[in-house]
Amino acid sequence: MKRIRLMTVTMLLALPLSPAWAADGLNSGDTAWMIVSTALVMMMTPAGLALFYGGMSRYKNLLNTLAMTFVAYCLTSVVWVLWGYSLAFGPDVGGIIGGLDFIFLSGITPASLEGTIPTNVFALFQMTFACITVALVLGSIVDRMKFSSWIVFTVLWVTCIYTPIAHWVWGKGWMATMGALDFAGGTVVHINAGVAGLVLCRVLGKRIGYGKEAMFPSSIALTALGAALLWFGWFGFNAGSALVADGLAGSAFLVTNTSAAAAALAWMFTEWVVTRKPTVLGIASGVVAGLVAITPAAGFVGVGASILIGLAAGCLGFFAVSRLKHKLGYDDSLDAFGVHGMCGTLGALATGLFADPAINAAGTGLFFGNPKQLLVQIVSILATAGFTAIGTLVLVYVTKALTGGLRVGEENEITGLDGAVHGERAFELE
Amino acid sequence: MLKKIEAIIKPFKLDDVKEALNEIGIQGMTVSEVKGYGRQKGHKEVYRGAEYVVDFIPKIKLEIVVDAGRVEQVVTKIRESAYTGKIGDGKIFVLAVEQAVRVRTAETGIDAV
Repeated sequence: MKRIRLMTVTMLLALPLSPAWAADGLNSGDTAWMIVSTALVMMMTPAGLALFYGGMSRYKNLLNTLAMTFVAYCLTSVVWVLWGYSLAFGPDVGGIIGGLDFIFLSGITPASLEGTIPTNVFALFQMTFACITVALVLGSIVDRMKFSSWIVFTVLWVTCIYTPIAHWVWGKGWMATMGALDFAGGTVVHINAGVAGLVLCRVLGKRIGYGKEAMFPSSIALTALGAALLWFGWFGFNAGSALVADGLAGSAFLVTNTSAAAAALAWMFTEWVVTRKPTVLGIASGVVAGLVAITPAAGFVGVGASILIGLAAGCLGFFAVSRLKHKLGYDDSLDAFGVHGMCGTLGALATGLFADPAINAAGTGLFFGNPKQLLVQIVSILATAGFTAIGTLVLVYVTKALTGGLRVGEENEITGLDGAVHGERAFELE
Repeated sequence: MLKKIEAIIKPFKLDDVKEALNEIGIQGMTVSEVKGYGRQKGHKEVYRGAEYVVDFIPKIKLEIVVDAGRVEQVVTKIRESAYTGKIGDGKIFVLAVEQAVRVRTAETGIDAV
Protein backbone atom coordinates (compact mmCIF):
# COMPACT_ATOMS: atom_id res chain seq x y z
CA MET A 1 0.00 0.00 0.00
CA LYS A 2 2.72 2.36 1.07
CA ARG A 3 4.72 1.52 -1.99
CA ILE A 4 1.84 2.18 -4.33
CA ARG A 5 1.30 5.59 -2.78
CA LEU A 6 4.99 6.37 -3.11
CA MET A 7 4.91 5.38 -6.76
CA THR A 8 1.90 7.55 -7.44
CA VAL A 9 3.61 10.54 -5.84
CA THR A 10 6.75 9.91 -7.86
CA MET A 11 4.74 9.72 -11.06
CA LEU A 12 2.86 12.90 -10.26
CA LEU A 13 6.10 14.73 -9.57
CA ALA A 14 7.59 13.48 -12.80
CA LEU A 15 4.62 14.47 -14.95
CA PRO A 16 5.43 18.12 -15.68
CA LEU A 17 9.04 17.19 -16.43
CA SER A 18 8.26 14.58 -19.03
CA PRO A 19 9.16 15.70 -22.58
CA ALA A 20 5.70 14.83 -23.89
CA TRP A 21 4.19 17.55 -21.67
CA ALA A 22 6.91 20.11 -22.21
CA ALA A 23 6.16 20.37 -25.92
CA ASP A 24 3.99 23.19 -27.27
CA GLY A 25 0.55 23.29 -25.79
CA LEU A 26 -1.05 24.50 -22.65
CA ASN A 27 1.03 24.13 -19.51
CA SER A 28 -1.10 24.17 -16.40
CA GLY A 29 1.76 25.26 -14.13
CA ASP A 30 2.52 28.26 -16.35
CA THR A 31 -1.16 29.06 -16.67
CA ALA A 32 -1.75 28.95 -12.93
CA TRP A 33 1.23 31.19 -12.28
CA MET A 34 0.19 33.71 -14.94
CA ILE A 35 -3.37 33.92 -13.60
CA VAL A 36 -1.93 34.64 -10.16
CA SER A 37 0.57 37.14 -11.59
CA THR A 38 -2.20 38.96 -13.42
CA ALA A 39 -4.19 39.25 -10.21
CA LEU A 40 -1.08 40.53 -8.41
CA VAL A 41 -0.46 43.23 -11.01
CA MET A 42 -4.14 44.17 -11.01
CA MET A 43 -3.90 44.92 -7.30
CA MET A 44 -1.04 47.36 -7.90
CA THR A 45 -3.34 49.96 -9.47
CA PRO A 46 -6.57 50.38 -7.48
CA ALA A 47 -4.95 49.30 -4.19
CA GLY A 48 -1.18 49.86 -4.28
CA LEU A 49 -0.88 52.96 -6.40
CA ALA A 50 -4.17 54.45 -5.16
CA LEU A 51 -2.97 54.35 -1.55
CA PHE A 52 0.62 55.30 -2.41
CA TYR A 53 -0.58 58.38 -4.28
CA GLY A 54 -3.64 59.06 -2.12
CA GLY A 55 -1.58 59.24 1.05
CA MET A 56 0.75 61.76 -0.55
CA SER A 57 -1.99 64.02 -1.89
CA ARG A 58 -3.52 66.63 0.41
CA TYR A 59 -6.37 65.51 2.69
CA LYS A 60 -8.90 67.52 0.68
CA ASN A 61 -7.94 65.65 -2.52
CA LEU A 62 -7.45 62.13 -1.21
CA LEU A 63 -10.68 60.72 -2.67
CA ASN A 64 -10.14 62.50 -5.97
CA THR A 65 -6.76 60.78 -6.26
CA LEU A 66 -8.36 57.39 -5.50
CA ALA A 67 -11.14 58.10 -8.00
CA MET A 68 -8.70 58.99 -10.79
CA THR A 69 -6.73 55.81 -10.11
CA PHE A 70 -9.86 53.64 -10.13
CA VAL A 71 -11.28 55.13 -13.33
CA ALA A 72 -7.89 54.82 -15.05
CA TYR A 73 -8.05 51.10 -14.28
CA CYS A 74 -11.68 50.72 -15.36
CA LEU A 75 -11.39 52.73 -18.58
CA THR A 76 -8.22 50.94 -19.64
CA SER A 77 -9.83 47.57 -18.88
CA VAL A 78 -12.58 48.33 -21.40
CA VAL A 79 -10.37 50.04 -23.99
CA TRP A 80 -7.99 47.09 -23.87
CA VAL A 81 -10.54 44.43 -24.83
CA LEU A 82 -12.14 46.67 -27.45
CA TRP A 83 -9.05 47.76 -29.40
CA GLY A 84 -6.02 48.22 -27.11
CA TYR A 85 -4.87 44.59 -27.14
CA SER A 86 -5.14 44.39 -30.90
CA LEU A 87 -3.13 47.58 -31.44
CA ALA A 88 -0.39 46.36 -29.09
CA PHE A 89 -0.31 42.64 -29.87
CA GLY A 90 -2.08 42.23 -33.21
CA PRO A 91 -0.05 41.10 -36.26
CA ASP A 92 2.85 43.51 -36.77
CA VAL A 93 2.34 46.35 -39.23
CA GLY A 94 5.71 47.77 -40.27
CA GLY A 95 7.20 47.36 -36.80
CA ILE A 96 5.12 50.32 -35.63
CA ILE A 97 1.72 49.04 -34.48
CA GLY A 98 -0.38 45.90 -34.24
CA GLY A 99 -3.11 45.19 -36.77
CA LEU A 100 -6.83 45.25 -36.04
CA ASP A 101 -7.30 41.46 -36.29
CA PHE A 102 -8.01 41.07 -32.57
CA ILE A 103 -10.35 44.04 -32.21
CA PHE A 104 -13.01 43.18 -29.58
CA LEU A 105 -10.72 40.20 -28.93
CA SER A 106 -12.28 38.57 -31.98
CA GLY A 107 -10.95 35.18 -32.95
CA ILE A 108 -9.62 34.51 -29.47
CA THR A 109 -11.27 31.46 -27.93
CA PRO A 110 -10.68 29.71 -24.61
CA ALA A 111 -8.49 27.28 -26.54
CA SER A 112 -6.25 29.98 -28.09
CA LEU A 113 -2.70 29.85 -26.80
CA GLU A 114 0.10 32.38 -26.46
CA GLY A 115 3.16 30.26 -25.76
CA THR A 116 2.05 27.82 -23.09
CA ILE A 117 -0.78 29.90 -21.59
CA PRO A 118 -4.26 30.81 -22.83
CA THR A 119 -4.31 33.98 -24.96
CA ASN A 120 -7.06 35.33 -22.71
CA VAL A 121 -4.69 35.18 -19.74
CA PHE A 122 -1.88 36.77 -21.75
CA ALA A 123 -4.20 39.58 -22.90
CA LEU A 124 -5.38 40.24 -19.36
CA PHE A 125 -1.84 40.16 -17.97
CA GLN A 126 -0.79 42.76 -20.55
CA MET A 127 -3.89 44.80 -19.78
CA THR A 128 -2.89 45.24 -16.15
CA PHE A 129 0.37 46.82 -17.39
CA ALA A 130 -1.50 49.30 -19.56
CA CYS A 131 -3.73 50.15 -16.57
CA ILE A 132 -0.91 50.92 -14.17
CA THR A 133 1.08 52.87 -16.77
CA VAL A 134 -1.64 55.42 -17.38
CA ALA A 135 -2.48 55.55 -13.66
CA LEU A 136 1.17 56.34 -12.87
CA VAL A 137 0.89 59.51 -14.95
CA LEU A 138 -1.63 61.03 -12.59
CA GLY A 139 1.03 61.38 -9.90
CA SER A 140 2.21 64.46 -11.74
CA ILE A 141 -1.14 66.22 -11.84
CA VAL A 142 -3.15 65.45 -8.70
CA ASP A 143 -4.75 68.34 -6.79
CA ARG A 144 -5.70 70.32 -9.91
CA MET A 145 -6.85 68.40 -13.01
CA LYS A 146 -10.48 68.23 -14.06
CA PHE A 147 -11.97 64.76 -13.62
CA SER A 148 -13.60 64.85 -17.06
CA SER A 149 -10.28 65.82 -18.66
CA TRP A 150 -8.56 62.93 -16.90
CA ILE A 151 -11.15 60.48 -18.29
CA VAL A 152 -10.73 61.71 -21.87
CA PHE A 153 -6.95 61.85 -21.54
CA THR A 154 -6.80 58.27 -20.22
CA VAL A 155 -8.69 56.83 -23.20
CA LEU A 156 -6.67 58.81 -25.74
CA TRP A 157 -3.33 58.14 -24.09
CA VAL A 158 -3.74 54.37 -23.71
CA THR A 159 -4.85 54.17 -27.34
CA CYS A 160 -2.31 56.46 -28.99
CA ILE A 161 0.78 56.30 -26.75
CA TYR A 162 0.77 53.12 -24.69
CA THR A 163 -0.24 50.61 -27.35
CA PRO A 164 2.41 51.58 -29.96
CA ILE A 165 5.24 51.57 -27.41
CA ALA A 166 4.08 48.22 -25.98
CA HIS A 167 4.01 46.92 -29.54
CA TRP A 168 7.53 48.16 -30.31
CA VAL A 169 9.01 46.34 -27.32
CA TRP A 170 6.78 43.32 -26.64
CA GLY A 171 4.65 42.97 -29.78
CA LYS A 172 7.52 42.11 -32.17
CA GLY A 173 7.92 45.77 -33.18
CA TRP A 174 11.07 47.63 -34.19
CA MET A 175 12.59 47.92 -30.72
CA ALA A 176 12.37 44.17 -30.22
CA THR A 177 13.95 43.67 -33.66
CA MET A 178 16.73 46.10 -32.73
CA GLY A 179 17.43 43.98 -29.63
CA ALA A 180 16.37 46.41 -26.91
CA LEU A 181 16.11 44.68 -23.54
CA ASP A 182 13.09 45.56 -21.41
CA PHE A 183 12.01 42.61 -19.34
CA ALA A 184 8.97 44.03 -17.55
CA GLY A 185 8.53 47.62 -18.66
CA GLY A 186 11.34 50.07 -17.84
CA THR A 187 10.73 51.95 -21.08
CA VAL A 188 7.15 50.87 -21.87
CA VAL A 189 5.81 51.58 -18.39
CA HIS A 190 8.09 53.80 -16.35
CA ILE A 191 9.93 56.11 -18.74
CA ASN A 192 6.73 56.39 -20.73
CA ALA A 193 4.58 57.34 -17.70
CA GLY A 194 7.24 59.58 -16.15
CA VAL A 195 7.78 61.65 -19.29
CA ALA A 196 4.04 61.87 -19.98
CA GLY A 197 3.52 63.11 -16.41
CA LEU A 198 6.19 65.74 -16.84
CA VAL A 199 4.57 67.02 -20.05
CA LEU A 200 1.11 67.05 -18.50
CA CYS A 201 2.19 68.91 -15.37
CA ARG A 202 4.09 71.50 -17.42
CA VAL A 203 0.97 72.24 -19.48
CA LEU A 204 -1.34 72.25 -16.43
CA GLY A 205 0.89 74.59 -14.43
CA LYS A 206 1.68 74.64 -10.76
CA ARG A 207 -0.84 74.18 -8.00
CA ILE A 208 -2.10 77.37 -6.36
CA GLY A 209 0.29 78.18 -3.51
CA TYR A 210 3.01 75.79 -4.70
CA GLY A 211 6.33 76.70 -3.10
CA LYS A 212 4.66 79.23 -0.80
CA GLU A 213 2.23 77.33 1.38
CA ALA A 214 2.66 74.03 3.17
CA MET A 215 1.21 71.05 1.27
CA PHE A 216 1.12 68.24 3.79
CA PRO A 217 0.55 64.65 2.64
CA SER A 218 -2.80 63.40 3.91
CA SER A 219 -1.39 60.20 5.41
CA ILE A 220 2.10 58.79 5.25
CA ALA A 221 0.66 55.61 6.78
CA LEU A 222 -1.55 55.06 3.70
CA THR A 223 1.42 55.78 1.44
CA ALA A 224 3.55 53.20 3.26
CA LEU A 225 0.76 50.61 2.96
CA GLY A 226 0.43 51.47 -0.74
CA ALA A 227 4.16 50.97 -1.25
CA ALA A 228 3.96 47.58 0.46
CA LEU A 229 1.08 46.51 -1.82
CA LEU A 230 3.01 47.73 -4.87
CA TRP A 231 6.01 45.71 -3.75
CA PHE A 232 3.84 42.60 -3.29
CA GLY A 233 2.18 43.08 -6.67
CA TRP A 234 5.51 43.76 -8.36
CA PHE A 235 6.44 40.11 -7.92
CA GLY A 236 3.71 39.34 -10.45
CA PHE A 237 4.81 42.28 -12.59
CA ASN A 238 8.47 41.23 -12.89
CA ALA A 239 8.51 37.47 -12.23
CA GLY A 240 5.27 37.14 -14.21
CA SER A 241 6.94 38.81 -17.19
CA ALA A 242 8.81 35.55 -17.75
CA LEU A 243 5.36 34.39 -18.98
CA VAL A 244 6.18 30.92 -17.67
CA ALA A 245 6.77 29.44 -14.22
CA ASP A 246 10.44 28.60 -14.54
CA GLY A 247 13.90 29.37 -13.17
CA LEU A 248 14.04 32.72 -14.91
CA ALA A 249 10.81 33.77 -13.17
CA GLY A 250 12.44 32.73 -9.89
CA SER A 251 15.53 34.77 -10.69
CA ALA A 252 13.44 37.83 -11.56
CA PHE A 253 11.53 37.33 -8.31
CA LEU A 254 14.77 37.35 -6.29
CA VAL A 255 16.39 40.40 -7.91
CA THR A 256 13.13 42.36 -7.67
CA ASN A 257 13.01 41.99 -3.91
CA THR A 258 16.72 42.67 -3.44
CA SER A 259 16.69 45.85 -5.50
CA ALA A 260 13.62 47.22 -3.67
CA ALA A 261 15.20 46.60 -0.28
CA ALA A 262 18.57 48.09 -1.28
CA ALA A 263 16.93 51.18 -2.73
CA ALA A 264 14.78 51.75 0.37
CA LEU A 265 17.90 51.63 2.53
CA ALA A 266 19.85 53.88 0.15
CA TRP A 267 17.08 56.49 0.09
CA MET A 268 16.68 56.36 3.86
CA PHE A 269 20.39 56.74 4.67
CA THR A 270 20.90 59.48 2.05
CA GLU A 271 17.99 61.41 3.49
CA TRP A 272 19.18 60.81 7.05
CA VAL A 273 22.57 62.34 6.19
CA VAL A 274 21.27 65.19 4.02
CA THR A 275 18.12 66.33 5.85
CA ARG A 276 18.70 64.74 9.28
CA LYS A 277 15.61 62.53 9.43
CA PRO A 278 15.05 58.99 8.09
CA THR A 279 11.44 59.55 6.97
CA VAL A 280 8.86 56.84 6.34
CA LEU A 281 7.94 58.63 3.11
CA GLY A 282 11.59 58.26 2.12
CA ILE A 283 11.68 54.53 2.87
CA ALA A 284 8.41 53.96 0.95
CA SER A 285 9.62 56.07 -1.98
CA GLY A 286 12.91 54.16 -2.01
CA VAL A 287 11.05 50.85 -2.28
CA VAL A 288 9.26 52.10 -5.39
CA ALA A 289 12.44 53.60 -6.87
CA GLY A 290 14.20 50.24 -6.52
CA LEU A 291 11.28 48.34 -8.01
CA VAL A 292 11.14 50.71 -10.97
CA ALA A 293 14.86 50.46 -11.67
CA ILE A 294 14.98 46.65 -11.57
CA THR A 295 11.91 46.30 -13.82
CA PRO A 296 13.67 46.31 -17.23
CA ALA A 297 16.60 44.32 -15.81
CA ALA A 298 14.67 41.73 -13.79
CA GLY A 299 15.04 38.84 -16.22
CA PHE A 300 18.59 39.66 -17.30
CA VAL A 301 20.74 40.46 -14.27
CA GLY A 302 22.11 38.59 -11.28
CA VAL A 303 21.71 39.36 -7.61
CA GLY A 304 24.95 41.36 -7.31
CA ALA A 305 23.84 43.75 -10.05
CA SER A 306 20.42 44.05 -8.41
CA ILE A 307 22.00 45.40 -5.21
CA LEU A 308 23.96 48.00 -7.20
CA ILE A 309 20.89 48.96 -9.23
CA GLY A 310 18.84 49.32 -6.04
CA LEU A 311 21.45 51.44 -4.26
CA ALA A 312 21.81 53.71 -7.27
CA ALA A 313 18.03 54.04 -7.66
CA GLY A 314 17.56 55.04 -4.01
CA CYS A 315 20.15 57.81 -4.26
CA LEU A 316 19.01 58.98 -7.70
CA GLY A 317 15.34 59.05 -6.67
CA PHE A 318 16.10 61.10 -3.57
CA PHE A 319 18.12 63.71 -5.44
CA ALA A 320 15.65 63.84 -8.34
CA VAL A 321 12.66 64.67 -6.12
CA SER A 322 14.36 66.77 -3.44
CA ARG A 323 16.90 68.72 -5.50
CA LEU A 324 16.42 68.46 -9.26
CA LYS A 325 12.67 69.17 -9.16
CA HIS A 326 13.07 72.29 -7.04
CA LYS A 327 15.95 73.52 -9.17
CA LEU A 328 14.00 73.10 -12.41
CA GLY A 329 10.85 74.51 -10.84
CA TYR A 330 8.09 72.23 -12.19
CA ASP A 331 5.25 71.00 -9.98
CA ASP A 332 5.27 67.22 -10.42
CA SER A 333 2.92 66.78 -7.42
CA LEU A 334 3.81 63.22 -6.41
CA ASP A 335 6.99 62.82 -8.48
CA ALA A 336 5.88 60.51 -11.28
CA PHE A 337 8.78 61.83 -13.35
CA GLY A 338 11.29 62.01 -10.49
CA VAL A 339 10.75 58.41 -9.43
CA HIS A 340 9.43 56.58 -12.51
CA GLY A 341 11.04 58.61 -15.29
CA MET A 342 14.46 58.91 -13.69
CA CYS A 343 14.73 55.45 -12.11
CA GLY A 344 13.20 53.83 -15.21
CA THR A 345 15.98 55.41 -17.28
CA LEU A 346 18.56 54.24 -14.77
CA GLY A 347 17.18 50.68 -14.99
CA ALA A 348 17.12 50.65 -18.79
CA LEU A 349 20.77 51.78 -18.89
CA ALA A 350 21.77 49.34 -16.14
CA THR A 351 20.24 46.50 -18.17
CA GLY A 352 22.62 47.41 -21.00
CA LEU A 353 25.51 47.21 -18.55
CA PHE A 354 24.71 44.23 -16.33
CA ALA A 355 22.73 41.84 -18.58
CA ASP A 356 24.34 38.49 -17.90
CA PRO A 357 24.06 35.71 -20.52
CA ALA A 358 24.38 33.16 -17.71
CA ILE A 359 21.04 34.44 -16.33
CA ASN A 360 19.30 34.81 -19.68
CA ALA A 361 20.90 33.94 -23.01
CA ALA A 362 18.75 36.61 -24.67
CA GLY A 363 20.72 39.47 -23.17
CA THR A 364 24.43 40.33 -22.94
CA GLY A 365 25.45 43.70 -21.52
CA LEU A 366 28.58 45.84 -21.68
CA PHE A 367 30.22 44.21 -18.67
CA PHE A 368 29.85 40.83 -20.33
CA GLY A 369 31.51 41.94 -23.55
CA ASN A 370 28.70 43.51 -25.58
CA PRO A 371 29.10 47.32 -25.59
CA LYS A 372 26.58 47.62 -28.41
CA GLN A 373 23.78 46.70 -25.99
CA LEU A 374 24.23 49.97 -24.11
CA LEU A 375 23.84 51.90 -27.35
CA VAL A 376 20.66 49.97 -28.17
CA GLN A 377 19.32 50.78 -24.71
CA ILE A 378 20.08 54.50 -25.17
CA VAL A 379 18.25 54.51 -28.50
CA SER A 380 15.24 52.79 -26.92
CA ILE A 381 15.18 55.31 -24.05
CA LEU A 382 15.41 58.33 -26.35
CA ALA A 383 12.82 56.98 -28.77
CA THR A 384 10.36 56.21 -25.98
CA ALA A 385 10.86 59.55 -24.24
CA GLY A 386 10.71 61.48 -27.50
CA PHE A 387 7.59 59.75 -28.80
CA THR A 388 5.71 60.02 -25.52
CA ALA A 389 6.74 63.66 -24.99
CA ILE A 390 5.50 64.82 -28.38
CA GLY A 391 2.51 62.49 -28.52
CA THR A 392 1.37 63.36 -25.00
CA LEU A 393 1.69 67.08 -25.72
CA VAL A 394 -0.61 66.70 -28.73
CA LEU A 395 -3.12 64.63 -26.73
CA VAL A 396 -3.11 67.13 -23.87
CA TYR A 397 -4.24 69.88 -26.24
CA VAL A 398 -6.82 67.59 -27.87
CA THR A 399 -8.16 66.82 -24.39
CA LYS A 400 -8.18 70.52 -23.52
CA ALA A 401 -10.25 71.27 -26.61
CA LEU A 402 -12.68 68.39 -25.98
CA THR A 403 -13.33 69.13 -22.31
CA GLY A 404 -13.09 72.92 -22.36
CA GLY A 405 -9.93 73.34 -20.31
CA LEU A 406 -7.87 70.97 -18.18
CA ARG A 407 -7.88 72.64 -14.79
CA VAL A 408 -10.46 72.82 -12.06
CA GLY A 409 -11.76 76.26 -11.08
CA GLU A 410 -9.72 78.26 -8.59
CA GLU A 411 -12.34 78.02 -5.85
CA ASN A 412 -12.64 74.25 -6.20
CA GLU A 413 -8.88 73.86 -6.16
CA ILE A 414 -8.67 75.77 -2.88
CA THR A 415 -11.63 74.14 -1.12
CA GLY A 416 -10.59 70.68 -2.32
CA LEU A 417 -11.68 68.27 -5.03
CA ASP A 418 -13.18 65.61 -2.75
CA GLY A 419 -16.07 67.89 -1.90
CA ALA A 420 -16.18 69.90 -5.13
CA VAL A 421 -16.04 66.98 -7.58
CA HIS A 422 -17.31 63.97 -5.63
CA GLY A 423 -19.39 65.49 -2.83
CA GLU A 424 -17.61 63.33 -0.28
CA ARG A 425 -14.81 63.49 2.23
CA ALA A 426 -12.19 60.87 3.01
CA PHE A 427 -12.36 61.06 6.79
CA GLU A 428 -14.84 62.20 9.40
CA LEU A 429 -12.47 64.05 11.67
CA GLU A 430 -14.76 66.19 13.85
CA MET B 1 -9.12 87.81 47.11
CA LEU B 2 -8.91 85.19 44.39
CA LYS B 3 -6.30 84.88 41.70
CA LYS B 4 -6.29 82.79 38.56
CA ILE B 5 -3.08 81.13 37.46
CA GLU B 6 -2.78 80.23 33.80
CA ALA B 7 0.17 78.12 32.83
CA ILE B 8 1.20 77.09 29.31
CA ILE B 9 3.41 74.01 29.59
CA LYS B 10 4.88 71.19 27.51
CA PRO B 11 2.30 68.41 27.14
CA PHE B 12 4.58 65.67 28.47
CA LYS B 13 5.06 67.65 31.72
CA LEU B 14 1.35 67.65 32.61
CA ASP B 15 1.51 64.64 34.92
CA ASP B 16 4.51 66.03 36.82
CA VAL B 17 2.79 69.37 37.33
CA LYS B 18 -0.45 67.75 38.43
CA GLU B 19 1.32 65.58 41.01
CA ALA B 20 3.36 68.49 42.31
CA LEU B 21 0.19 70.53 42.79
CA ASN B 22 -1.60 67.64 44.48
CA GLU B 23 1.25 67.49 46.98
CA ILE B 24 0.54 71.03 48.14
CA GLY B 25 -3.19 70.41 48.31
CA ILE B 26 -4.45 71.98 45.11
CA GLN B 27 -7.74 70.22 44.59
CA GLY B 28 -8.78 71.07 41.08
CA MET B 29 -7.69 72.46 37.79
CA THR B 30 -8.89 72.87 34.20
CA VAL B 31 -6.71 71.63 31.38
CA SER B 32 -6.97 72.27 27.64
CA GLU B 33 -4.95 71.28 24.61
CA VAL B 34 -3.80 74.42 22.87
CA LYS B 35 -1.43 75.39 20.08
CA GLY B 36 0.89 78.33 19.91
CA TYR B 37 4.40 79.60 19.61
CA GLY B 38 6.77 81.95 21.41
CA ARG B 39 10.52 82.12 21.26
CA GLN B 40 10.68 78.42 20.40
CA LYS B 41 9.06 79.30 17.03
CA GLY B 42 7.64 76.44 14.97
CA HIS B 43 9.40 73.39 13.64
CA LYS B 44 10.21 72.18 10.15
CA GLU B 45 8.86 69.08 8.44
CA VAL B 46 10.49 67.86 5.23
CA TYR B 47 8.57 65.77 2.69
CA ARG B 48 10.70 64.58 -0.25
CA GLY B 49 12.87 67.66 0.13
CA ALA B 50 10.00 70.15 0.42
CA GLU B 51 10.37 72.02 3.72
CA TYR B 52 7.23 73.14 5.49
CA VAL B 53 7.34 75.21 8.69
CA VAL B 54 4.75 74.23 11.27
CA ASP B 55 4.16 77.48 13.19
CA PHE B 56 1.96 76.30 16.01
CA ILE B 57 3.24 73.76 18.46
CA PRO B 58 0.93 71.71 20.71
CA LYS B 59 0.94 72.84 24.36
CA ILE B 60 -1.18 72.31 27.46
CA LYS B 61 -2.94 75.21 29.18
CA LEU B 62 -3.64 74.77 32.89
CA GLU B 63 -6.06 77.04 34.73
CA ILE B 64 -6.20 77.13 38.53
CA VAL B 65 -8.01 79.57 40.80
CA VAL B 66 -6.54 80.00 44.33
CA ASP B 67 -6.49 82.35 47.26
CA ALA B 68 -4.15 85.28 46.66
CA GLY B 69 -1.97 84.18 49.55
CA ARG B 70 -1.08 80.91 47.85
CA VAL B 71 -0.16 82.31 44.46
CA GLU B 72 3.56 82.43 45.04
CA GLN B 73 3.71 78.85 46.31
CA VAL B 74 1.66 77.50 43.40
CA VAL B 75 3.58 79.43 40.75
CA THR B 76 6.88 78.19 42.16
CA LYS B 77 5.61 74.60 42.21
CA ILE B 78 4.43 74.79 38.59
CA ARG B 79 7.67 76.41 37.48
CA GLU B 80 9.76 73.72 39.16
CA SER B 81 7.73 70.79 37.94
CA ALA B 82 7.33 72.02 34.33
CA TYR B 83 10.99 72.91 33.98
CA THR B 84 13.25 71.15 31.46
CA GLY B 85 15.69 73.99 30.81
CA LYS B 86 15.12 73.81 27.05
CA ILE B 87 13.43 76.46 24.96
CA GLY B 88 9.64 76.06 24.86
CA ASP B 89 9.04 75.30 28.56
CA GLY B 90 6.14 77.75 28.59
CA LYS B 91 4.74 80.72 30.54
CA ILE B 92 2.76 81.36 33.72
CA PHE B 93 0.27 84.22 34.01
CA VAL B 94 -1.45 85.47 37.17
CA LEU B 95 -4.78 87.28 36.80
CA ALA B 96 -7.20 88.87 39.23
CA VAL B 97 -10.58 87.13 39.60
CA GLU B 98 -13.72 89.17 40.32
CA GLN B 99 -15.91 86.45 41.72
CA ALA B 100 -16.31 82.68 41.93
CA VAL B 101 -19.57 80.75 42.41
CA ARG B 102 -20.06 77.04 42.98
CA VAL B 103 -22.92 75.95 40.75
CA ARG B 104 -24.29 73.23 43.06
CA THR B 105 -24.38 75.15 46.36
CA ALA B 106 -24.21 78.82 45.35
CA GLU B 107 -21.22 79.33 47.68
CA THR B 108 -19.10 82.27 46.62
CA GLY B 109 -15.52 83.51 46.95
CA ILE B 110 -12.86 81.25 48.41
CA ASP B 111 -15.47 78.72 49.56
CA ALA B 112 -16.40 78.12 45.94
CA VAL B 113 -12.94 76.96 44.79
